[in-house]
Amino acid sequence: MSRFTTALGSSIGAKLVMALTGLALLGFVLAHMIGNLQVFAGPEKINAYAHTLQNLGPILWAMRIGLLTIFGLHVWTAFKLWTANKAARPVPYAVVVPSASTYASRTMIWSGFIVLAFIVYHLLHFTLGAVQGDIFQQTREAWTAADGKHPDVYAMIVRGFRSPAVALSYVVAQLLLGLHLSHGVSSVFQTLGFTSPRLACVKKAAGPLVATVIVIGNCSIPLAILLGLVGKGVN
Amino acid sequence: MKLDAKIPSGPVQQKWDKHRFEMKLINPANKRKYRVIVVGSGLAGGSAAASLAELGYNVECVTYHDSPRRAHSIAAQGGINAAKNYQNDGDSVWRLFYDTVKGGDFRAREANVYRLAQVSAAIIDQCVAQGVPFAREYGGLLDNRSFGGAQVSRTFYARGQTGQQLLLGCYAALSRQIASGKVKMRNREEVLDIVVEGGRARGIVTRNLVTGKITTSAADAVVLATGGYANVFYLSTNAKACNATAVVRAWRRGAGFANPCFTQIPPTCIPVTDEHASKTTLMSESLRNDGRVWVPLKTGEKRAPGQIPESERDYYLERRYPSFGNLAPRDISSRAAKVVCDEGRGVGPTGRGVYLDFADAIKRLGKNAISAKYGNLFDMYRNISGEDPYEVPMRIYPAPHYTMGGLWVDYNLMTTVPGLYAIGEANFSDHGANRLGASALMQGLADGYFVLPYTIGDFLASAGPSKLTADAPCFAAVQKETEDRTKRLLSIGGKQSPDSFHIRLGKVMWERCGMARNRAGLEQALVEIPKIRDEFWKDLRVVGSGTELNQTLEKAGRVADFLEFAELMCLDALEREESCGGHFREEYQTSEGEAVRNDETFAHSAIWEWQEGGKRPIRHKEELEFENVHLATRSYK
Amino acid sequence: MNLTLKVWRQQGPSTPGRFETYEAKGVSEHISFLEMLDGVNERLLGEGKEPIAFEHDCREGICGTCSMVINGEPHGPVKGTTACQLHMRMFSDGNVITIEPWRARAFPIIKDLVVDRSAFDRIIQKGGFISANAGSAPDGNAVPIPKPDADAAFEAAACIGCGACVAACPNGSAMLFVGAKVSHLGHLPQGQPERDLRALGMVQQADAELFGNCTNHYECGEHCPKEIDVKVIAEMNRDFVRAAIRAEEPKQVAGSG
Repeated sequence: MSRFTTALGSSIGAKLVMALTGLALLGFVLAHMIGNLQVFAGPEKINAYAHTLQNLGPILWAMRIGLLTIFGLHVWTAFKLWTANKAARPVPYAVVVPSASTYASRTMIWSGFIVLAFIVYHLLHFTLGAVQGDIFQQTREAWTAADGKHPDVYAMIVRGFRSPAVALSYVVAQLLLGLHLSHGVSSVFQTLGFTSPRLACVKKAAGPLVATVIVIGNCSIPLAILLGLVGKGVN
Repeated sequence: MKLDAKIPSGPVQQKWDKHRFEMKLINPANKRKYRVIVVGSGLAGGSAAASLAELGYNVECVTYHDSPRRAHSIAAQGGINAAKNYQNDGDSVWRLFYDTVKGGDFRAREANVYRLAQVSAAIIDQCVAQGVPFAREYGGLLDNRSFGGAQVSRTFYARGQTGQQLLLGCYAALSRQIASGKVKMRNREEVLDIVVEGGRARGIVTRNLVTGKITTSAADAVVLATGGYANVFYLSTNAKACNATAVVRAWRRGAGFANPCFTQIPPTCIPVTDEHASKTTLMSESLRNDGRVWVPLKTGEKRAPGQIPESERDYYLERRYPSFGNLAPRDISSRAAKVVCDEGRGVGPTGRGVYLDFADAIKRLGKNAISAKYGNLFDMYRNISGEDPYEVPMRIYPAPHYTMGGLWVDYNLMTTVPGLYAIGEANFSDHGANRLGASALMQGLADGYFVLPYTIGDFLASAGPSKLTADAPCFAAVQKETEDRTKRLLSIGGKQSPDSFHIRLGKVMWERCGMARNRAGLEQALVEIPKIRDEFWKDLRVVGSGTELNQTLEKAGRVADFLEFAELMCLDALEREESCGGHFREEYQTSEGEAVRNDETFAHSAIWEWQEGGKRPIRHKEELEFENVHLATRSYK
Repeated sequence: MNLTLKVWRQQGPSTPGRFETYEAKGVSEHISFLEMLDGVNERLLGEGKEPIAFEHDCREGICGTCSMVINGEPHGPVKGTTACQLHMRMFSDGNVITIEPWRARAFPIIKDLVVDRSAFDRIIQKGGFISANAGSAPDGNAVPIPKPDADAAFEAAACIGCGACVAACPNGSAMLFVGAKVSHLGHLPQGQPERDLRALGMVQQADAELFGNCTNHYECGEHCPKEIDVKVIAEMNRDFVRAAIRAEEPKQVAGSG
């Protein structure tokens, strides 16, 4: 066991933790996005999907705890690296001219923190109902399925995003998540030791590509609602 | 001064084996009772320190650099010779031996050169085992090239960075011993004197360059691997910090100094274009394989090279040496360049340069072929000169690069001071009056890996431990002298910087004791140098204190020793009334300007003994016997 | 040309530093950057002031001694070039040039622009070698090495240990330096026996020296005067992970030979 702890405690171990937890979180983000895109398929689809998820019972909790652990690890390691890296250069340069690094790479900690704040907001919004509590309550048992009344997730999303401020905050958060991923995803290849020259272009393009897909996918929902393209049936 | 070269008896091929058998050994368990100080961490010093530690000795390695990896061996480009005969082209230990003796213009000791050729093959094996990434063929075997006009391909190389790769191999071996605790590495410490007591080297005096603290260290043997003295010319291809302090101090403590006038000035350096230039850069001589050397026919030519028609160009090497042409040996082509520049036909802003033109080669082989061969050299030239050598001819000029002279050593690499060794460029042993290309790296590593580790054991076994510790009175006395000298340098309170003296000294040496020397010039130098020296000790300015990092003080100490050493060099050049190898006396040449060697009178090494009280040093001789390579005149017509 | 230099002056490791402004007048475009500084120093000395301490030696771009950040870029604005090989023709009249030392906790300042890079030596001592005593080597051609491997090893071995990677890295990480050595020896058959211990030992030492962590900014490769590819870091990551899984004693590092 000690060799793993030693390795994990090293700078490369930390890097590896960032890459692997990041990859897991990316998987979640992608799945989450694909699930949510069902909003375009109408209320039945997405409400059934939400209902299935909620009926997973203990599995749902296992997933939640797992996700939270991974997320916690990602955040905690990031914070550890950030403070260590700050300390590695106690006196800053008077002149800094970045050349190979990108805006995304240099702002990982900030885009990360903002995304973290957004996730808290998002949970308060759609999971706990602490933001826009009235909408959350109204739609709680508003969908009638074969086995009874369940939350009308569709209506909740549509009504929620009709508020321009809310929709816009989601869009901004997604842009930052995209920025975060554009560096993070490409980094994974480097961290995991992919060196083949044939992968070089994949390595470089993967981040921006994945980021673009996620930004477009996730932003399409609030924007489509805000523009009235989705949710015409919801009053 | 007693000069016993201790050359083993018997045929030259058997001397080393016989000697290795006859040398006394130290029991492995007893080796740790001996302490050896190695000064310098280049190819010679680094390899010696690592090898001695591997054997079990306690080693201290001292360098003025921040890390042993910075030593100037790192800048060697071309390659390293070894008699491997991998190319099946007829090379052998004998041929490498023969070429080195002949190339050295018959001023080296046969027995030492033979041994060098003998161990050369093992150096390559050792370096490969250390992970030195030599160039390889597609089949995975080692590649070779022909170098410096050799008839066989025996040069191993790692692109244009062979010295770097060999040094890093050596540094890695040294690092391993540092980690194991067998080598105590002392970075940023400069040796300022050698302690000799009771006819034996007892230790060193060093100044810590960061704290300024002067300390003494005792040892059972001291090895100087401090490189050459080409910086006596100020402008040379040596690194800025290269200096002669340790060898000059050793000389003053009783070590004989051999052949100081033998200096090598290769023709293919980038000429300086400004009076503020601080050094010159050597480009590999392989450039002369494809470049044609020329100057304008008439003096004071102002046209750009491209505008000078063929008929108004003088391809002087091709003209004077039709069979060798542009590949004429280093010393010959360097002097030829000096001659045409003295005639006022030199090119470039200072008039001290000749063209090395690749236009014909580019026409014949195409730009790509030239770029594949010399790309990195062309880049380097463009970087330094700001001109594109694919379009305009390069400008080159000779500059001092290597010094064959050095502390006299016997077959065991020991100086005339028992217990004091000199290895690598710091000694005089193997190159005679002229060094072959790719042989410096070979010699440094041969001394460090495969010669000194044996011979030092023989000495220690017979002489036993030194028994003197650093608190012995002899150490305190030398320490006091060193402290006083440092204080004196700091307190002169004059107006001129160490560099300004160095530049003046360099000009005198370059004019009077450079590529071509003559009696009048040397006698003049022997008047001028003491004058500069007197002025130095009266009008030097060093600011700051001695108890901190003070680069001006470091420089001042080095210049002071160069000022002393320069005189010895001129004296040696004056006394050697012949032209041989890197030493060309204008009085001794044929009507066609070829060197005339005098084997009757000068087939010896000249060894200089320092004299107390500013008296003229005494010149001793070690007669050289050529039993295997017969004395012959070099001819490159 | 005439230039204004803003140079970091610091008397010692524990004294606070500050920028001093110097005028460099009549600088020739033919000289190197360090020769320009030589000129400034000669003038300072003439005025009885302490010259600017800076490190340099070979002035051919290979020893790795010179180390200064010029206008925010280690070794200055020209790619693949050390400060000593940087020429004044890259600057123009009236330029203001800021000169700073390598800034990293693991490279404490000794004086002015001179820093202590002995951490690099200690990293190499933890495994940046092949244990082969003099005399024990087999014939150089006994083990053929495919040319691509020899070339890859060379590319990584070209590192001059100057520390520009650390200076350039926003995190002050030394991973390009470590990766270069791990990659150099890892590409050679001779480097295999100690490969695991090398990766573990060197990385752990770099951490112990308090260098920062690599977060893939790639500034190191961009400013490396020998243009060492950042892929050596990926190779090192791989070696390290494999070693961590395989190695029996993680704490033990090579070097007991």
